[in-house]
Amino acid sequence: MTPQPDPGGHFGPYGGRYVPEVLMAPIEELEAAYLAARDDPGFRSELTHLLHSYAGRPTPLYFARHLSESLGGARIYLKREDLLHTGAHKINNCLGQALLARRMGKRRIIAETGAGQHGVATATVCALFGFECVVYMGEEDIARQRLNVFRMRMLGAKVVGVAGGSRTLKDAISEAMRDWVTNVEDTHYLLGSVLGAHPYPTMVRDFQKIIGEEARRQILEAEGRLPDTVVACVGGGSNAMGIFHAFLPDAVQLIGVEAGGRGEAIGEHAARYRGGAPGVLQGAYSFVLQNADGQIALTHSVSAGLDYAMIGPEHAWLHDQERASYTSASDAEALEAARVLSRTEGIIPALESSHAVAEAIKRAPGAGEKIILVNVSGRGDKDIDIYRRNFPGLDEA
Amino acid sequence: MTRIGRLFECLQLDGRKGLIAYITAGHPSLDRTPALVEAMVRGGADLIELGVPFSDPIADGPVIQRAGERALAAGTTLRGVLDAARTIRSRSEVPLLLFTYLNPVVRYGLDRLAADAAAAGIDGCLLIDASVEEAQDYVAAMQRHGLDTVFLAAPTSTRRRMELVARYSTGFIYLVSRRGVTGEREKLSGAVAPLIQAMRTLTGLPLAVGFGISRPEHVTELGRQVEAVVVGSALVRLIERYADDPALEQELEAFTRELKQGFGVTA
Repeated sequence: MTPQPDPGGHFGPYGGRYVPEVLMAPIEELEAAYLAARDDPGFRSELTHLLHSYAGRPTPLYFARHLSESLGGARIYLKREDLLHTGAHKINNCLGQALLARRMGKRRIIAETGAGQHGVATATVCALFGFECVVYMGEEDIARQRLNVFRMRMLGAKVVGVAGGSRTLKDAISEAMRDWVTNVEDTHYLLGSVLGAHPYPTMVRDFQKIIGEEARRQILEAEGRLPDTVVACVGGGSNAMGIFHAFLPDAVQLIGVEAGGRGEAIGEHAARYRGGAPGVLQGAYSFVLQNADGQIALTHSVSAGLDYAMIGPEHAWLHDQERASYTSASDAEALEAARVLSRTEGIIPALESSHAVAEAIKRAPGAGEKIILVNVSGRGDKDIDIYRRNFPGLDEA
Repeated sequence: MTRIGRLFECLQLDGRKGLIAYITAGHPSLDRTPALVEAMVRGGADLIELGVPFSDPIADGPVIQRAGERALAAGTTLRGVLDAARTIRSRSEVPLLLFTYLNPVVRYGLDRLAADAAAAGIDGCLLIDASVEEAQDYVAAMQRHGLDTVFLAAPTSTRRRMELVARYSTGFIYLVSRRGVTGEREKLSGAVAPLIQAMRTLTGLPLAVGFGISRPEHVTELGRQVEAVVVGSALVRLIERYADDPALEQELEAFTRELKQGFGVTA
């Protein structure tokens, strides 16, 4: 199994570069800049310094004793990406791409956001680097993530609502791509997940793989052995690729958890392996929820960050290779997992991460001496309104 | 040779320029598409780009986005567009170019599409998000069924990419006039002149320029430089405006004629 894509950005048949000709020049420019930066010790040391001094790396690996004991089985460890500055793993990638944008002489950054975590992280690095910042966000997501919208504005970003299509993440990405085609000269598109045309899936993974590198070292220190299972939620799949990557050569089971939403029908969930098929969306060939006529399907998840029709191409390939397996947690299971983790460990996870926690809760009972490592990719502050609506009893105390 | 090749041969012999008209098939509904195409042909359109609506049209501006949403809401499918092409072909010899995003084609099956498109009387395809790097299977499938493959070149295209576009294109080459998505503009971009010059050194194929062309004076200016001019959003906007008006076909024909007169000939 080759850990890298081919020079065209293909993971097996997946990935590649499917964009209109007008976008090719900036993508080729980005690829060249990224390949040069990746091999530049100066770039790497500046990024490491920022990750440590600004973002708060390394993040702790925490043994969730009470959760583990209450489930009566496996030992559950949590990789605490929720403790990073801005509250999620997204900042890892944003710092990397901001340094890259500066190298390329770009002064304006555009980004898409679903839950708002990537938008906040982008707005944050733009404030730090003095870039102009425009974040595209579906109007549906603006309505359900108001706190993050305000945070972005406070950080100096312009948040542009997208009214087209399903008014969620997919439409925000399309609008960001349209902006990029129009303003390629001075603008860098800071894509937030392992999606889109090559080099994005590889580049974003490389900026996120520090999660798994740290976790692998930390679990060896704590337990003297590798975990049996690594679990992460998968929207586009950047936190999952981030934690999976260091474990790819090991005999460790890798599990991605998609958004099971509120039903089995297309449109009621964002589980690409329940009804999806290979296709091309927004620059990449991968597994995508679509109808029989090749129109991209609407998706649903209580978690805006997982509410996307396509899974990243490297995940599609890991799935085909049976190197990783993919399952889903429903809206209700994710909400329950958030409540359980809050009460047993004092950690309120993001709704996205709650999907991964839900899978650990299913697997742990009776799993004896097994070790499960869960990536808690973000914290739950942004989701408090949704939690309030779903736990009405708590408001009455 | 397809009807597209023959068209450009005729244009050259006659010393004329071609008007290429884009229409989103299924907008406002698929059963009206053949009549709208015929109206544009009566107005002087020499070649029709039959646009397949797609849920996520990243290269399109708001006018064509709205048209696509409306076409999809009216139940338009790729199969339906091929049926409309067959109807058009039964009444007209106008060259037809299928203009589509890749995913509906991937889902339909590349080879099956090439066979069915050829059978429906379509002459060629332009897949807007199929880059030349990823296009080999597609070009082979289209060639097997005698269809032209038209690729886009942009002002930002590198020399290497222009060479690939020239190598893989048949029929004509579509030059994008400027940066950005589809949509009308007040003024033409100056970025296209160097692109035209560069492509002339790489290919003997006819060149067409599109994106942002919405007025007869744009047609006049570009008609001096290339073999054909593409108008899309301006026509789609007119269809949107008159969608519920019985005068739609008449208005469309008149506007097409106005554009065509930009070349200085009477249709």
